[in-house]
Amino acid sequence: MNVAILSPEISLGAAAAVILLAEAFSAGNLSRVAILALATLGIAVSAAFLIPAQLAGVPTSSFSGAFIQNGFTIYFKLLMLMATFLVLLGSGRFLAQAEGRRAELVALVLLTTAALMLLVSSTELITLYISLEMASLSTAFLAAWMKHQERSAEAGLKFFLLNALSSAVLLYGIALLYGITGQTQLNGIARELVGGATPALLLALALLLAGFGFKVSAVPFHMWTPDVYEGAPTPITAYLSVASKAAGFAVIVRVLQTALPGVQTEWVGLIAILAAVTMTVGNIVAMVQTNIKRMLAYSTIAQAGYILVGVAAGTGQGLGAVLFYLAAYTATNLGAFIAIVEIADRTGSERTSDFAGLHARAPWLAFALAISLLSLAGLPPLAGFFAKIYVFWAAIQTGLGWLVLLGVLNSAISLFYYAQVIHHMYMVPAPSPAPGRSLPTLVAGLTVAIAGVFALGIFSGFFMGLAETAARTLTQ
Amino acid sequence: MPPAFPPLYPITLQHGLILGAALFSIGLAGALTKRNSIVILMAIEVMLNGVNVTFVAFARQLEPAVLTGQVFALFIITVAAAEAAVGLALIIAIYHLRHSVQIDEANELQG
Repeated sequence: MNVAILSPEISLGAAAAVILLAEAFSAGNLSRVAILALATLGIAVSAAFLIPAQLAGVPTSSFSGAFIQNGFTIYFKLLMLMATFLVLLGSGRFLAQAEGRRAELVALVLLTTAALMLLVSSTELITLYISLEMASLSTAFLAAWMKHQERSAEAGLKFFLLNALSSAVLLYGIALLYGITGQTQLNGIARELVGGATPALLLALALLLAGFGFKVSAVPFHMWTPDVYEGAPTPITAYLSVASKAAGFAVIVRVLQTALPGVQTEWVGLIAILAAVTMTVGNIVAMVQTNIKRMLAYSTIAQAGYILVGVAAGTGQGLGAVLFYLAAYTATNLGAFIAIVEIADRTGSERTSDFAGLHARAPWLAFALAISLLSLAGLPPLAGFFAKIYVFWAAIQTGLGWLVLLGVLNSAISLFYYAQVIHHMYMVPAPSPAPGRSLPTLVAGLTVAIAGVFALGIFSGFFMGLAETAARTLTQ
Repeated sequence: MPPAFPPLYPITLQHGLILGAALFSIGLAGALTKRNSIVILMAIEVMLNGVNVTFVAFARQLEPAVLTGQVFALFIITVAAAEAAVGLALIIAIYHLRHSVQIDEANELQG
């Protein structure tokens, strides 16, 4: 048993413990900057364990094959560490105002990230379930963080109840899979499934997809997303929309590719249908939203639809495209949400119409939000454009042309509501100048995210190469 | 030593699976139709117990010497306990704010 393989996760847990202890010993007066510094140290140490392992390139596994470390898991872990770092930087005044409880908040975010990192590394269903629940339960608390505000408490409760329901459905699927194969190891399941699809197996597959579909908010399991995204504190929404979603896709891809290659025809069909419905519903409902967080919630649902197109493609190239898409999506969505954290903080409103004339009041925020929205819509030369190209190209090559056509139509629809926000910010005159300056940490976080959006777009070939290399280790 | 009276109806895999499926379905129906958040939480616990019964039934049938199924059920019981703690804490937070645990009164956020 090689416990050292857990070092990246343990570093995050240790950082969380240190933050909580430092808070206790300083009688609750630990400054925001000190907490951020400790969290950054934890994240950096965690990454420092991952990068040499990546360069060594040797896949290792431990705990009787329940936990694996290879290029695929390291890619996702580095992505999630980056996302966590940017969310903490970009949390702005929310962290400054969470008096007395900000150490707990940061510690809980670090522990959630550790759970998500365990999740992407699990190759055994018990480990997978425990990590999933560990992440979900702390997420429910994070969503309900402003517990004296009705919408935040309600967001937490809604997330919790629907998540518990989806976990139960997922578990029943796992139970059936265990009954059919007698295995809980993912590759053991693949070994046993040689006879093709049986009705029980199809039921298990459907239940699994329903459970995982909830985690990545695929339609029709998306009902919680707009409510939770709107009600939760904005930095937490940002975290949920990138880190949790990336982990969710990592799990879907891993389970489908390593445990269920025997029923690939069946799940490709189901995922393709999910993808088609998800992107269409997400985009159409996003058009009528007036609250920017709600609009972005539907936009993330639509983005999940595009990513599912890549999952449905299922080839090595498709997986590489999914990994690249998740990186592009992480940078872009963080850019959008960090900008919204600050804009909503200054204007006191999350309504799209109150963003009028923002470019005159806060040019950098308006520019960052505009770039993020254009990248989400998929305009060149931004990250979102190349992400869509790669995903659609992989899907065309596996004969999913109809899905790609639908995806392109959806991208055109999405431009409508993204452009509306930009129109408000740049074309409508400003009502009154908003006071206040942004915190330097927030500006730094926003700048890194926007730089990521440009870098992933301009050097897309290089990053796509990294993603494909990482994806290849999954099926080895 | 064999039992003095062999069981009239030996309990087979089918019995376990039917009980598990019934519990799961009853819980699912409750979770989808009830409006009281505590009742929904209880319904979800019933679903989890249905899953546990299914696991144990399969484990007994598949591999009497290997305990994966039972271990899984034990883990689910543990997680369900943690889940109840988290859920009740959130329900208490909501109750402080509006003196009700009805989920349909939780309409601050419109779907």
